[in-house]
Amino acid sequence: MSMNILITGGRVIDPANHVNEVMDVYVQDGRIASLGAAIPGFVAELTLDASGKVVSPGFIDLCATMREPGYTHKGTLRSETHAAAAGGITTLCCPPTSNPVNDSAAVTKLISDKARQAGFTRVLPIGALTKGLEGEQLANMQGLSESGCIAVSNGRNAIRNSLTLMRCLEYAATFDLLVIFQSQDPDLSAAGVMHDGANAVRFGLPGIPETAETIAVARDLLLVEQTGVRAHFGQLSTARAAQLIMDARAKGLRVTADVAVHHLLYTDAKLNGFNSLYHVNPPLRSAIDRAGLREALLGGTLSAICSDHQPHDEAAKRAPFGATEPGISGLETLLSQALLLVEQDVLTLDQLIEKLSLGPARVLGLDSGQLGLGSVADICVFDPEAEWTLTEETMRSSGKNSPLLGQPLKGRVCYTLVDGELVYQAS
Amino acid sequence: MSHLTAMSHAAPHQLQLNEQGQLRHFLTTEGLSRELLTDILDTAESFIDSNGRSVKKVPLMRGLTVVNLFFENSTRTRSTFELAAQKLSADILNLNISTSATAKGETLQDTLWNIRAMGADMFVVRHADSGAAHFIAENVTPDVAIINAGDGRHAHPTQAMLDMLTIRRCKGEFGKLKVAIVGDILHSRVARSEIHALNTLGAEEVRLIGPKTLVPDTLQALGANIYRDMKQGLKDVDVIVALRLQKERMNTALLPSESEFFRLYGLNEEKLAYAKPDAIVMHPGPINRGVEIESSVADGEQSRILTQVSNGIAVRMAVMSMAITGQLQQQQDLAKQQGAEG
Repeated sequence: MSMNILITGGRVIDPANHVNEVMDVYVQDGRIASLGAAIPGFVAELTLDASGKVVSPGFIDLCATMREPGYTHKGTLRSETHAAAAGGITTLCCPPTSNPVNDSAAVTKLISDKARQAGFTRVLPIGALTKGLEGEQLANMQGLSESGCIAVSNGRNAIRNSLTLMRCLEYAATFDLLVIFQSQDPDLSAAGVMHDGANAVRFGLPGIPETAETIAVARDLLLVEQTGVRAHFGQLSTARAAQLIMDARAKGLRVTADVAVHHLLYTDAKLNGFNSLYHVNPPLRSAIDRAGLREALLGGTLSAICSDHQPHDEAAKRAPFGATEPGISGLETLLSQALLLVEQDVLTLDQLIEKLSLGPARVLGLDSGQLGLGSVADICVFDPEAEWTLTEETMRSSGKNSPLLGQPLKGRVCYTLVDGELVYQAS
Repeated sequence: MSHLTAMSHAAPHQLQLNEQGQLRHFLTTEGLSRELLTDILDTAESFIDSNGRSVKKVPLMRGLTVVNLFFENSTRTRSTFELAAQKLSADILNLNISTSATAKGETLQDTLWNIRAMGADMFVVRHADSGAAHFIAENVTPDVAIINAGDGRHAHPTQAMLDMLTIRRCKGEFGKLKVAIVGDILHSRVARSEIHALNTLGAEEVRLIGPKTLVPDTLQALGANIYRDMKQGLKDVDVIVALRLQKERMNTALLPSESEFFRLYGLNEEKLAYAKPDAIVMHPGPINRGVEIESSVADGEQSRILTQVSNGIAVRMAVMSMAITGQLQQQQDLAKQQGAEG
């Protein structure tokens, strides 16, 4: 039985309901019971002071790798959902790239059970599109869906064989399953470790050309059109791939897309000095790509911003650049990084909150991501002006691989509520 | 211990100098000042006797230990570093890591910490990954002077500087020189280090010649003009550098065949005639006769290939003695600071 919680004095920003005003929020039985108006007889068992702060729908992260089962030296469901809660994230989707791969109901159940036991952020597993993500045989997609998978995906393991991919999509379309693509041509990207451009040539690092993404997105979109499947494209890194998505949407295809926050902020110039903490895949690209992604975000082609969280152990990052593993541990800095987009006049605060909550909810077909009366009380209270410093000691994620360690950050989560329960409170 | 927080990421040229602007690691020619590169060349000159050979022996590194860490095989580069260290009176230890520790799964960091514990003052590092020497200098053993003997495709600064010395001894100053580098620039750490050094030393023009698969347009950003044709590219040049063409380039669809490459870009007497009559020919070696260079050119009057090798010892003596001085100075300054604080 959940508590009666009163959140007082905060600025409630709820893009779904066009709300942006200071008012109290009443939470009862895990739901939003009232906004502004006091409920007769309501006794708050917990009162959270939100004055000077923002009360927003909890964030929904479309891509956060959990590492469990199989890679628990990099992160566990407990450590990573704790990190997510500290980042104001109330729901996250985890790709099927565990070991064993999430291609069976047993693995899906294991992930769901462990996440529930941890009691922090809600985890929605993404099931495998093919068995073992090997790109050969169809996974039991409908069974995975029935077990609780929100979508199916082959992750970044590209399906080289277009006939196999077509059949995967036809089968998924039969049951109206959402297919998530992380499109990248495996041959064009095989040897590369960074964006192929003047900087790669200068650093002497093998490049991943822009066409590694655009060619793959173009092929995948043609098969989406042919099969009529519901599709989402995750973590676009190039301006022209965003353009392809925009064109497909204009044609009426049921296609959505998201972008990782680091692709909206940084370019391949960050790798000067061979900083392995900025080694990500898809790679940080050119300033032109960043500008195109920002435009696509504002224009609505990109409906969500995700962390693309990938926690790593230290050894994975402590090596010469090319020998390091890609990925940033990004759950705990998602908000402060995303707020830079407001500071840099890319989005308004209302638009940003939409990209972090309502946008991803709609991608997944969830009715969360908003604070309407009666909706599930997934809430994030944050102080957009609070300054803080990320340290390894205070990071909840097992993966300390953040390029922001030791740097001053602005914008911090104060409280996170999932299902009307306080799962995180800043110390 | 908070290792990832401690990882810092300076641009390479900032990393290789101590607080007084002296060399303390030698990782890349990029970003170093003209004065410093000239200083390296002048110091190298001081190690060359009147016969054009490097001097017999000087006591500049007596009592210090140099460890040659070669994660990639190399006979010639390793040998010239070894000779240079001996001539500086250092103790030298050769380790071929490719065949020992890393094969047993030890990380690069553990391997290096172990070797440092043996009392090394300088590491000469060759590694297949771009940025490896930089990574070691910054994050593994910053207190040991690191000399980059080649990292991936990124840099091979001592080779570039011995080429600069060879050019300067043949041509005098750099100001009016046109230099053409021919062949597989994409995979060449030598070419990258040469381009930076030539631009810093004030060469009039650096040209890169080859097909788009080996000389992508993006290389222009390094400060070079790109040519696809040898006749145009070699016109009026003073210096030609031919690069080694690896056989594996044919297997990865970068080139159709050795014979077509030789016909179009191989340096023979006919193509050499497009350059200035007194142009010199260089090659970082080892050469593939009949692939990137014809024997008659490699052994001809305009060739300076063997001069390069002898200059290599003097340049490595210069870089090693300068870097050890700068590094020891840095460690002394750090110790003083810590003493003052403590």
